[in-house]
Amino acid sequence: MGEIISTLQYYFSYPFVRYALIVGLLVALCSSLLGVSLVLKRFSFIGDGLSHVAFGAMAVAAVTGITNRMIIILPLTVLSAVLILRTGRNTKLRGDASVAMISVGALAIGYMLMNIFPVSANISADVCGSLFGSTSILTLKEGDVWLCLAMSVIVLAVYALFYNKIFSVTFDESFSKATGINSDGYNLMIAVITAIIIVIAMNLVGSLLISALIIFPALSAMRVFKSFRSVTICSAIISVICAGTGIILSILCSTPVGATIVTADLGAFIIFSIVGTVMSRNKAK
Amino acid sequence: MSEQIICSEAALGYEDGIVTEGLNFSVSQGDYLCILGENGSGKSTLIKALLGLKPQVSGEIRFCGGFSAKDIGYLPQQTPVQRDFPASVREIVLSGCLSKTGFFPFYRSSEKKIAEDTMKQLGIDDIEKRCYRELSGGQQQRVLLARALCAASKMLLLDEPVTGLDPIAQTELYELIAKLNSRGITIIMVSHDISSAVKYASHILHISKKQLFFGTKADYIESSAGRRFLINEEGNNG
Repeated sequence: MGEIISTLQYYFSYPFVRYALIVGLLVALCSSLLGVSLVLKRFSFIGDGLSHVAFGAMAVAAVTGITNRMIIILPLTVLSAVLILRTGRNTKLRGDASVAMISVGALAIGYMLMNIFPVSANISADVCGSLFGSTSILTLKEGDVWLCLAMSVIVLAVYALFYNKIFSVTFDESFSKATGINSDGYNLMIAVITAIIIVIAMNLVGSLLISALIIFPALSAMRVFKSFRSVTICSAIISVICAGTGIILSILCSTPVGATIVTADLGAFIIFSIVGTVMSRNKAK
Repeated sequence: MSEQIICSEAALGYEDGIVTEGLNFSVSQGDYLCILGENGSGKSTLIKALLGLKPQVSGEIRFCGGFSAKDIGYLPQQTPVQRDFPASVREIVLSGCLSKTGFFPFYRSSEKKIAEDTMKQLGIDDIEKRCYRELSGGQQQRVLLARALCAASKMLLLDEPVTGLDPIAQTELYELIAKLNSRGITIIMVSHDISSAVKYASHILHISKKQLFFGTKADYIESSAGRRFLINEEGNNG
């Protein structure tokens, strides 16, 4: 035990490890909040789709050689979020089909660009890094942390201020519309925030695993809790704990950060599923 | 009785086609109007028009005496999303008060009071902490009815409210709606359950591609449109 603590102390004496932990916890918190809404609205795949778009955008940014890649990644991802939502209402292209189309298309273009215009000698390491997060979280600079902090504060504030409206729009869009709530506007807001979170989270777990960060905590919380508020709070707590555990475990066992966090989330889901089943059995008796 | 909605020569539909036209009817305070029609006859388009979500192609739908589309409490059909939604009864009923909060982000105590009173009125105050997805179909409809009443207390617009309920729950819901109507709340109900429509409603609007009938229930039973529909129904049941 003492050995573990001293190892951790050794690692946390490095600023980049502390940055990774802060960013990881913030991203986990924000994504879990939105996840509740996205899962309930049957939009679980929007996270997946957008993360592939972010991957494609990152490839474009890498090719152009701009130092601040966010300038390209963020607008492109937000734009795709808006597009996915718009086509979702168009009967010619169904929601799931348009998400699949945009996500696979962006993935292909991104990979192709990285091959045609290689920025480094080891393409497969680059691709693997952006897809699975690998070590990029450990290369965060202080500026990245501040950016992430600012974005998280905005997301949390927006979520807290519009919590009741988000609930209403999630539960029943037609009723919300009828009472004069701008549900299209709130849907758009949810999509834009999702896009922002995905872009931030890409450094942490990579684009393939972001969906897990969004949907797992919400799904776990829904197994056990029965009101929207308790599900939201529980989902946030699960997500933060899993992210923290995942990051620390990945340091101790030198496993990939993203994959470890997602595995922790999966573990939490299994535990909550069992608890939920036991609880409903007991009730039935 | 004062008129709340007057619809004259309205045609409804989309840019590429009229769904239903020639609609002439009025709704007065305290009425119980049942809108009948087969699938695809334009019932849901009419609902959207009444709620002010979709403007009519031509003609006029007028709200009278300070009444507006915002004063209609709407009970939509259940969506698959709602059936497994983790939300407490209280949260859902409260969300009916949302339009009253305006830009204020939280519910004030006055709105919480409205929600509590409405839950008592509909006899669901004892299950306010229960989870919506664990309720019976009839209880779920009561919750949504309470939410609609929180949003607007003058008129309720119900879209096939008894669909999917067992016969006992259906009767209970019909009786509850009739009770609300007797307190002066105007009811507009879209339905294809003609026997209950004839039993509870005061007025009938029967639409197809165009308006087939509008008038009181007694006149409807005597009318040609009503006779044909009623005989069909009896044939199906027998």
